[in-house]
Amino acid sequence: MRPDRRLVAGVLMIAALALVIGLVQESGSAVWESRMVLLGIFVILTVSLNLVSGFTGLFSLGHIGFMALGVYISAILTLSLEKKASLLPKLPGWLEGFSLSQMVGPIPLGWLLATLIAGVLVALIALAVGAVIMRLSGNFVAVATLGFLVIVRVILINADSFTRGSRTFSGVTPFTDMWWAWGWAVITIYVAWRIKRSPWGRQMLAQRADKWAAQSVGIPILRPRLLAFVVSAFFGAVAGSLYAHFIPAFSPSVFYFDITFEVITMLVVGGLGSVTGSVLGAIVIVALSEGLREVEDRSQLYGISGLTLGVFFLAIIIFRPDGIMGQRELSLDGLRRRLPRRSDVGEGWTTPPVDDSTLPDDPNAPDDPV
Amino acid sequence: VGDYFLQQGTNALSAGSLYAMMAVGLALIFSILRLINFAHGDVMMIAVYLFVFAGFAGIPTLPALVIMLVGTILIGLTMERIAYRPLRGGPEVALLLSSFAVGQILQNSALLVSRLAGKPVQIAFPAPELLSGAISLGPLMVPKLNVASFVIGTVLLVLLTMFVTRTRLGLSMQAVAEDLPAARLMGIKVNRVVTVAFAIASGLAAVAGYLYASQAGQISPYLGFTPVLKAFIAAVIGGFGSLSGAVLGAYLLAFLEVIPTTFAGIADILPAGTVSPGVHDLLQQFLPSSLASYRDAFVFVFLILMLLFRPNGILRGRAREETP
Repeated sequence: MRPDRRLVAGVLMIAALALVIGLVQESGSAVWESRMVLLGIFVILTVSLNLVSGFTGLFSLGHIGFMALGVYISAILTLSLEKKASLLPKLPGWLEGFSLSQMVGPIPLGWLLATLIAGVLVALIALAVGAVIMRLSGNFVAVATLGFLVIVRVILINADSFTRGSRTFSGVTPFTDMWWAWGWAVITIYVAWRIKRSPWGRQMLAQRADKWAAQSVGIPILRPRLLAFVVSAFFGAVAGSLYAHFIPAFSPSVFYFDITFEVITMLVVGGLGSVTGSVLGAIVIVALSEGLREVEDRSQLYGISGLTLGVFFLAIIIFRPDGIMGQRELSLDGLRRRLPRRSDVGEGWTTPPVDDSTLPDDPNAPDDPV
Repeated sequence: VGDYFLQQGTNALSAGSLYAMMAVGLALIFSILRLINFAHGDVMMIAVYLFVFAGFAGIPTLPALVIMLVGTILIGLTMERIAYRPLRGGPEVALLLSSFAVGQILQNSALLVSRLAGKPVQIAFPAPELLSGAISLGPLMVPKLNVASFVIGTVLLVLLTMFVTRTRLGLSMQAVAEDLPAARLMGIKVNRVVTVAFAIASGLAAVAGYLYASQAGQISPYLGFTPVLKAFIAAVIGGFGSLSGAVLGAYLLAFLEVIPTTFAGIADILPAGTVSPGVHDLLQQFLPSSLASYRDAFVFVFLILMLLFRPNGILRGRAREETP
């Protein structure tokens, strides 16, 4: 594949996306607009979770914890001064006196800054947490990251003066529109895709395929894991910032196991390790759950949508464990060569070809990860 | 003040017994299948729903308890057949994900059935008359439910120990846990062992669920979440997969949990004059009663540290090839 072709593909996809957003905007349908925003946020969450769970194979259940931190950090930063005084009267002085809601023309530059601050702070938290958790392996990462999710929730509920505790947090300016949500989504996809093609990405995929083999040929384990975890947390927080400035009111209970399960379903349905797969998975599950919710509201049979999604997820795990894409990516070449056949997805694809010209000479490679 | 500590101690014993019944089930299944069964809490929840709905159907308590026990075991076995058996031998993560799906299915089934039966999401669950009230033990008033949890838990765990160490089936269970392929070569029927393990785990979860719901006073489809988290921690403390470790971990966790509740706000409880005013102020400053609400955060920080420093549990079981 020559780079110019990839560039063409990227430009084409972005153009198509812009066309869809423009059309939805033209139609003026608030329902579809909010669906598009939600989809964009879920694409960010799924693609960024894929960096950890898909690339390195460590199953993180704490991703929504990062999102929740992003939600609250950015919301506190952009809340207007009057709202701060009435909603969060006990906020410490250094946070009380300013509000990052400045507009430069039509662009909410203050919010953009708040999003970046939230992302960086959360990434730092992820660095500290990851330095501990990324040393674990296999299923124990799942248990430990679940612990992280619970810790975040307990802190959010108890840090009353910052978060209003378990009461709803409202009054955040709704800056998020389709352009912002999908703009960030495109950045997330681009970063994930670049990481996948980089030596770091190969190191991640190699340890997922066979940790012992990878380690025995000198591929570092811990540092690529940490990189994946930190970058993934950054974008998790960005998704949180978008969510906070989209939903009029929220409380800590929103960012817990239900949404965690939803994102994991998207990830697995799309294919662990495939960036474009994550996008497809998010589209499939958002469409499915929006449809089911409609049925649920009409029939008043609450539980139907969750039950159907659970059965669907179970069926995918048992009958098509590689999801839609496996570890491959959608590309123009691939499309030309026909859509994926089932036999292409099996074992052979779980180990990506390791490009040995890049790995041993990698100047960043630490001597021994453990 | 002494009584106060004793009282917290009896609370811990009772909570520990509940955690132990759940943790042993998790450890049993993990030791055989290397599956961390996230749906275990939902199995417990389903048990309570079976009991409650049997009650709604006009079935008296005793037969309803039988229905609960048998029904939960059948559901546990069905779950193993449909969701776990096809994935056995595959990657660990597939089993883990499958257990999420099972949990999701069980929770939403309970929600849907409540809806169809015209019941609210939260259903009241009064403690049975036999177990309500308290008995006095010396200076202490201990709720009968706490005593029952402790006694029932201990009896069941002793029975389980006898089963695992004294019977042929129990021994073959240990063999499969140690080395599945070798056990199979020795002629042990692995499927039967797995079935028995799920039956035991589900039965224990049902009993624990009944006691837990009686203490909570009401039930919802999400009631299994907290207990299963506690059981995870207990199992991790004991070294995941070790049965005795899980029991020990459960009691340790229960005592660990009452520490913040006991000592946070201790300054307000101490009778005047026991400590000097300076110490009193220090206590009030560093152990305010608001600290108690951070209990779960402390417990999970402890869990992560355990995983990091003693991944094989405090009993130091056989070394497992984990950590990178």
